[in-house]
Amino acid sequence: MRNTAKRIYVALIILFLYAPIGTLMVLSFNASKTRAKWGGFTFKWYIELFQNEEILRALFNTMLIALLSALAATVIGTVACIAMTGMKRRTKSIMMGITNIPMLNAEIVTGISLMLLYISLGIKFGIGTILLSHITFNIPYVILSVMPRMKQLNPSTYEAALDLGASHLTAFFKVVLPDLLPGILSGFLMAFTMSLDDFIITHFTKGVGVDTLSTKIYTEVKKGIKPEMYALSTLIFVAVLTLLLLINLSPDKKTS
Amino acid sequence: MSKELIHLNNISKSFDGQMVLDELDLTIHENEFVTLLGPSGCGKTTTLRILGGFTQPDTGRVIFDGQDITKIPPNKRALNTVFQKYALFTHMTIAENIAFGLKIKKKSKSYIDDKIRYALKLVNLEGYENRSPDSLSGGQQQRIAIARAIVNEPRVLLLDEPLGALDLKLRQEMQYELIRMKNELGITFVYVTHDQEEALTMSDTIVVMNQGYIQQIGSPESIYNEPENAFVADFIGDSNIIPAVMIEDKLVSILGTRFACVDTGFGHNKPVDVVIRPEDVELTAPSDGILQGVVTHLIFKGVHYEMEVMAGGFEWLVHSTVMQPVGQEVGIKVDPFNIQIMNKPESEDEEAVAIEI
Repeated sequence: MRNTAKRIYVALIILFLYAPIGTLMVLSFNASKTRAKWGGFTFKWYIELFQNEEILRALFNTMLIALLSALAATVIGTVACIAMTGMKRRTKSIMMGITNIPMLNAEIVTGISLMLLYISLGIKFGIGTILLSHITFNIPYVILSVMPRMKQLNPSTYEAALDLGASHLTAFFKVVLPDLLPGILSGFLMAFTMSLDDFIITHFTKGVGVDTLSTKIYTEVKKGIKPEMYALSTLIFVAVLTLLLLINLSPDKKTS
Repeated sequence: MSKELIHLNNISKSFDGQMVLDELDLTIHENEFVTLLGPSGCGKTTTLRILGGFTQPDTGRVIFDGQDITKIPPNKRALNTVFQKYALFTHMTIAENIAFGLKIKKKSKSYIDDKIRYALKLVNLEGYENRSPDSLSGGQQQRIAIARAIVNEPRVLLLDEPLGALDLKLRQEMQYELIRMKNELGITFVYVTHDQEEALTMSDTIVVMNQGYIQQIGSPESIYNEPENAFVADFIGDSNIIPAVMIEDKLVSILGTRFACVDTGFGHNKPVDVVIRPEDVELTAPSDGILQGVVTHLIFKGVHYEMEVMAGGFEWLVHSTVMQPVGQEVGIKVDPFNIQIMNKPESEDEEAVAIEI
């Protein structure tokens, strides 16, 4: 009896969480243009979606920015972690606090401040400014996922490598980096997802005529909701879900 | 004594204004098993790290085989270290761990394979090549750490409390293993520990340290039997340290009672400390003893009984295989040869202290 109650409760939670997305996914296969009635199953909207060049360009931009910003943030974040480990306790906690602020800060504030910064520096808006902004907000996520690995690291392994004749660089790449790798990998995936997903900051830092998927959807929806948008949203959801599953499953398997 | 191999010359080191080593001088000979022994914070690990090149001394020089290596980085020194927490590379197999140093030196594949086989045989872990370090017990990981260090044919092996994390039985086993390995390899071992039993069992030479100063250097026997100050006497084994007055050569007044001893050269009526090991205190019938007292505590320790005897206003610690019940009146006798006379401590680091290990 108790068990059944528990199961129903969990089922309700999941239902409320996923019902909207489920609706969207179902509608993306609806042949009828109105939302009110089911006109049969179709892939029409998906086909139309992939024939729409503007959307394809936005998709390309999104992927390019997500990949580059995640890569850059991963390198910068990992190096920052190494540097912070060498710091004294107080300096280290101050640094950690500072790097965490962009993550806690309201995105709209980050977005507007970045926009103002670019304007005052005279930087031309476009892919470049989006990329810079995404690197900025991605770094804390990388630090957050690399730092715990860094703390688990036995500091003697680095010294042991030196002791066995390795140079500082060899010791780092052969001994320290492999130990950090699961953290770095999940940091990269996290950053990639965050970038893929971002709307507000992108909205404020993109130039005219440059769009990522999220900003593209926003402009399209303003003109009236087209069923292609359901298809596109479904694809984004599935992509993000896959990435999240990767983040949560792959590195853990290695550590345990 | 064989040839001098390492000389630490006037080494000082402080961290954040705290003096860890103060003008330390130490000579280590070829093929010697040297143990740096002392409580935590005495500077023994810092000394080892200076030898390994991981810590730079503030002053002084490290001379290795006639060469000044003070400024040489760890990867260029002919020494290898076995770290306290093993520091095995967990993402590599045992064979890859052992081959690490040899691959960096670009040795041939067959040479490396031979070395791996030899090293695993030496540490009694043949057939473990493809295992992962995580699948090994603490004692086995420790052996691999030793194997990984010795394949590089160091002239000196530095060991930083290598047995600290093992349980008692395994620790005793590894002590014999280490002695065997050292004899087989014929190289110098510099060993750091806070465990006096380990030091006494394995060493050719023990260096007792406290608060950054060397308190005594000597063979295990001389450190145990002839401690030079109260700190050494107290740190190595149990002991009765009693204030006394040296009346003249070979005669000392302990707690107001005259005892014959064998030490000379302390002068007349000079205040000193005497050390008497608990197993050297003989309990007799009251009339046969030099001092008379009453047994106040009795504990059975397995090999012997540990008793406390109140005599002459001092609580004597006594180890004996003959049990005397609490409340029993006894006499105390000490063989003159077993009374060790020490000068009074001249500084804080020479004093006997309650030690937390």
